[in-house]
Amino acid sequence: MKPRVAFFDFTGCEGCQLEVLNFNLEIVDLIGAVDIVEFREASSDHSDDYDIAFIEGSQTTQRDVERVQKIREKAKILVALGACSCTGGVNALKNRFPMEENLRVVYGDSAKFYSTLPTKPTSAYVKVDVHIHGCPPNRNEVISLVKCLLTGKKFEQCHNPVCVECKLAENICAFERAEFCLGPITRGGCNAICVTAGRKCWGCRALVDEPNVNSEKEILKKYGLTMDDMMMQFKLFNGALEVSK
Amino acid sequence: MTTKEINFKVHHVARVEGHGNIIVNAKDGKIEECKWEVPESPRFFESMLRGLSYSDVNFIAPRICGICAVAHANASIAATEAAFGVKLSEQSILLRNTLFDAETFASHILHTYFLIAPDFLGVGSVIPLATTHTDVVLRALRLKKFGNDWADILCGRKTHPISQVAGGFVKFPTIEQLKWIKNKLEGEVLKDLELSVDLFKTLTFPTFTRETEYIALTKPDEYAFIGGMIGSTDCKPIPINDYLSVTNEFCVPQSTAKWTKHLRESFQVGALARYNINHDKLHPMAKKIAGVFGLKAPCYNPYFISVAQLVESVHVVENSLIILDKLLTRGIKPEKPEVKVKAGRGVGAVEAPRGILFHDYTFDDNGKCIAANIIIPTNENHNSIQHDFEKLLPEILDKPQDEIKLAMEMLVRAYDPCISCSTHMLEVKFV
Repeated sequence: MKPRVAFFDFTGCEGCQLEVLNFNLEIVDLIGAVDIVEFREASSDHSDDYDIAFIEGSQTTQRDVERVQKIREKAKILVALGACSCTGGVNALKNRFPMEENLRVVYGDSAKFYSTLPTKPTSAYVKVDVHIHGCPPNRNEVISLVKCLLTGKKFEQCHNPVCVECKLAENICAFERAEFCLGPITRGGCNAICVTAGRKCWGCRALVDEPNVNSEKEILKKYGLTMDDMMMQFKLFNGALEVSK
Repeated sequence: MTTKEINFKVHHVARVEGHGNIIVNAKDGKIEECKWEVPESPRFFESMLRGLSYSDVNFIAPRICGICAVAHANASIAATEAAFGVKLSEQSILLRNTLFDAETFASHILHTYFLIAPDFLGVGSVIPLATTHTDVVLRALRLKKFGNDWADILCGRKTHPISQVAGGFVKFPTIEQLKWIKNKLEGEVLKDLELSVDLFKTLTFPTFTRETEYIALTKPDEYAFIGGMIGSTDCKPIPINDYLSVTNEFCVPQSTAKWTKHLRESFQVGALARYNINHDKLHPMAKKIAGVFGLKAPCYNPYFISVAQLVESVHVVENSLIILDKLLTRGIKPEKPEVKVKAGRGVGAVEAPRGILFHDYTFDDNGKCIAANIIIPTNENHNSIQHDFEKLLPEILDKPQDEIKLAMEMLVRAYDPCISCSTHMLEVKFV
């Protein structure tokens, strides 16, 4: 029997599903091997019977927390898809301010109608089996995940920093272009797409395992930057890091 | 007289991006409740952007929407350029405009084919169409994929864009890439669009109308997508900087999204609003296709938003063919974006696929954002959807409940494009 797959969107831009599944012929073949039973964006069919649940977006309301807990009870494998789900992503930028202030800034006098929780990643509330990092995630990584799920192999995340892929792409180092790049400490797997497209790494794929702290300190020193500067940059996509594991 | 009871709630309407509910309650021909609810979890972007540098703001703001990230990037960058007084080079403007055309094209294809067509062909999603209308689904996928590739070449990645910054671009397409886009547009794409017109011509659109105010950007000499003035069917054009006098946002308890109104009880934005205001500036082929569908300004039928989108899909192809010819003639020079940071406020306005979009930022001397206001088109349309509901429901109340439900869902879907229906590609493969 084909594995039954469900997609659930929480607080986010819904761009992960688009980018990952976006008309890439290889993934078409792979997804053909599964049954998509829940995908509200695309179809009105609903089902509570699924093996693999993809969770997109971060957790920001009590209603969502209860929903994700119910999904966890039903799913055999739960995948956090994209930065918002894995680390809280850009939604965690609001955690820099008290929630009442966020409500007041956006809704003014009508703030009393609404409520919100500090942004947290999926793993803050339920056990996550697989993290697919990135804003948006890299399609190839999702393809290899689907392959692993179908063949029963263990999915391995990328364990090198973005810097390694950037060197392979023969890019000029973004620091040399006076950009504050997070490539040395960020988990790779994106082929350094942002540097290749002329910018820098923003750290959307979270911290690489065992980052080389001494080397990072040297880089920062060379370019007259501090650890505090680095944390400020890193928090753009990882502001809820302290609760994510 | 009817003695029946109509009572339903459509929880999280399918085939729309984001979350919306329809609630209807009527007894013996009397409507007790008829409501469009928007329970989307708010994200607080206007609060979140405070304290970030302008370049981070421009990179983060597109993450408001995965489907129209290029529109958000351009509104964000335009606001920043307005605040700093940046003037773009001709090359930057040409590249920006064809990038914008690419997203409009990709989004319209997605909406018309994957979200709208299934309703008219009497199916719940595009999946069954893969068997009954294989060529249609393959064509839709081909067009959508091309739209993405077109945008990827210009900005690194359509979701979320990378290479476009305040002051221009940091990476440039090669002449070969531009030629590739041009050849595709002239050949396969125009042919596929012709077939699209043939298909949509066969669909019967509901005849519902509600006269209302339409709002869209307008320019004297082009069909406006970026900048210009705020045009309205009810008054003279208004400067972009005065956008707050147009949007007049207000909160309603049934929605976490803010609603808007201008000179009437509600206004509509999007492809039909753009058509109603700017139709005389469409390129020739697009004008001809509007004629094929009997689309005439002013058109007050919201179900015709999809037709206007199809007309615009042809328009942006014609538009980009002109741009590409210019770029190929003048060649591409790597230009370094010039931005001098200064304190101030700037407003950027663009026509996202769904309608007029505003980003308004205030920066300090160091280019840090100290205040942000963002008004998105979907929110501007909520009030219009509610008023359409209130006129539509009494007109169809004698119909069976399922028909009422479908008509109201279709109305919502007419307003709201997007969506990855990519799941269905697999069906194509295995028919």
